[in-house]
Amino acid sequence: MKPAPKPTPDTQPFWDGTAAGELRIQRCQTCARHYFYPRPCCPHCGSDQVEWVRASGRATLYSYVINHRPAPGFEDEGPYAIAVVELEEGVRMMTNLVGVENVPEKLPLDMELRVVFERRGEVSVPLFEPAATDAGGAR
Amino acid sequence: MNVVIAGAAETDEVGRLPHHSTLQLHLEAARNALADAGLTKDDIDGVATVGTPGPIQVAHALGITPAWLDGTGVGGSSFLFHVRHAAAAIRAGLCHTVLITHGESGRSRVGAGRYGMGPDSLLGQFEVPYGVVGPPTSFTITALRYMKETGLTHEQLAEVAVAQRRWSHLNPRAMFRDLITVEDVFASRMVAYPFHLLECCLVTDGGGALVVTSAERARRSPVHLLGSGESAESPIISQMEDFTTSKAFRRSGEAAFAEAKITHEDVDHLMVYDAFAHVPIYGLEDLGFVGRGEAGAFIAEGHTSPGGRLPMNTNGGGLSYTHTGMYGMFAIQEAVRQLRGEAAAQVPGVEVSVVLGNGGMFASAATLVLANRLP
Repeated sequence: MKPAPKPTPDTQPFWDGTAAGELRIQRCQTCARHYFYPRPCCPHCGSDQVEWVRASGRATLYSYVINHRPAPGFEDEGPYAIAVVELEEGVRMMTNLVGVENVPEKLPLDMELRVVFERRGEVSVPLFEPAATDAGGAR
Repeated sequence: MNVVIAGAAETDEVGRLPHHSTLQLHLEAARNALADAGLTKDDIDGVATVGTPGPIQVAHALGITPAWLDGTGVGGSSFLFHVRHAAAAIRAGLCHTVLITHGESGRSRVGAGRYGMGPDSLLGQFEVPYGVVGPPTSFTITALRYMKETGLTHEQLAEVAVAQRRWSHLNPRAMFRDLITVEDVFASRMVAYPFHLLECCLVTDGGGALVVTSAERARRSPVHLLGSGESAESPIISQMEDFTTSKAFRRSGEAAFAEAKITHEDVDHLMVYDAFAHVPIYGLEDLGFVGRGEAGAFIAEGHTSPGGRLPMNTNGGGLSYTHTGMYGMFAIQEAVRQLRGEAAAQVPGVEVSVVLGNGGMFASAATLVLANRLP
C-alpha cells in the first residue's frame, strides 16, 4: 500500500478539503497572498489573519524526476514521476502525475495540469493530470 | 582572536567498515585528530557533533567533561556550522579548544541512527505519499527546472561526475578511482531521471574530526578560519523558493566572503558538497565564481579538473571519494590537507580554500573560508 499522510491539527483543514474533493490552501487576509504548506501565520508578512480558500485546481508542471527505484506501494507502477507543480495561486506542492505516460517526452515543463484526488486509507491525496484530457474528478 | 583548525584527521579507513560501530568511527577519528594536533583529550573543553550518538556520549566516551557543547544537527553541513559556532565560542571565552567529530556507518548501518520521519511530519504528509525514497528521488528534483531555465545539458551534468573522477583517480583512499566518460555515465543505471547512478553519491562508512582552537594554543602549523557564514531555506525541497538557485548557499557564501575580506580571485581551491551532480553547479553559481547558467560549461571545459584554474572537490567528492551520509566533514578535511600541502591530489600553491556545505536537500548551508596564512 502506498504511504498515507497522517493529518495534524494545523494540516487537518487541508486534508478535510481533499476528502471533500477540494484543494484548499491558505491565504493571508492582510497581504492577500496564498501560501502552502499549512501554517498558522503568513510567511510573507507575519500576519495571523489567515483563511482557508479553495484553489482552482489548475497548475503547471514546475519540475520532476522519474523514479526508477520504487518506494513501498509503488512497485507495480514502473518508473513514476515525482513532480512539483505550481498552482495558479502561486504556491507549489509535490505530487504524482496521472492520466499521462510518465516519460520525459510526455512531460514538458510548464504543461498545464489539473487536480484529481486519490484515496489512501483514511485520507485523499491530490494528484495532477494533464488539463487537456477529458477525464477528471475523483479517482 | 585568530581561530584555527589545529588538528584534522579522518578514520584510518573510509569505505566499507562493517566491523566499526558508529561510536567507534567517532572515537577513532577523534583520537586521530587529537594526535594530529599534538594535543590530548585533557586539552579539550568543548565538543560538537551531529547525529548518532551525539555530543554527550562522544564526550563521555572520550573522558571529556565539556564546558561547551554544540549538537547543531542540520544535515551534512553541520560540521561547518560547528566550526563557525566553535570559533564564536572560543572568541567569547566560553571554551578554549573544541573537538568536532563525525562518525557514520552509512553503508553498514552498525549502531546507526534511524532514518525517516513519521506520516504526520511535514515530509510524511506532503512528500512521502508521492513515492519519495530518500535523497535520490527528491534532492534531484530541482535539476530539470534548472536545465530548462539555463540550458544545462545532460552531457554537462554528466561531466560533473567525469571531472571529479579525474581527482579520485589520483586518490588511493577513494572508493571509485577508474576514469570515466560521459558515455559511461549515460550507460550507468537510471536512478531518478535525469540522474544516472554515476551522478549520485556513494554510500559509505567513515568518520573525521577536527580540533578548533586559538592560534596561540595550536601546536602545529595551523589552518586559519578567515570567515564563515550559515543559513537555511526550506525543510522540504518542494518548498524551495527557486529551483535554480539556493538561497542558503548564497547567503552563507556572501557572509563568509565578507568576513574573510576576500574576492573570488583570491580563492585557490574549492570544495562544494556534491551529494548529486547538480549540487556543485549550484554551488559555483551561488558562491559567485561563475555567472548564472555558466557552471555546466565551466566544469565541462575542465576548469575544475586537475590543472584547471579552480580545482574543485579534489578528493573526488561524494560522487567518487566517500559519502557517509553527512559528507561535510570530508570536504573540510580535504581543504585542510590541500592547505597543508598533504593532499593525495595536491594542487600546487593553495593558500586560500573555500568549503561550501549542504545540509538536507538545499535545506541548510554553511561556508568556510580557510587559509594557511593570515591576510
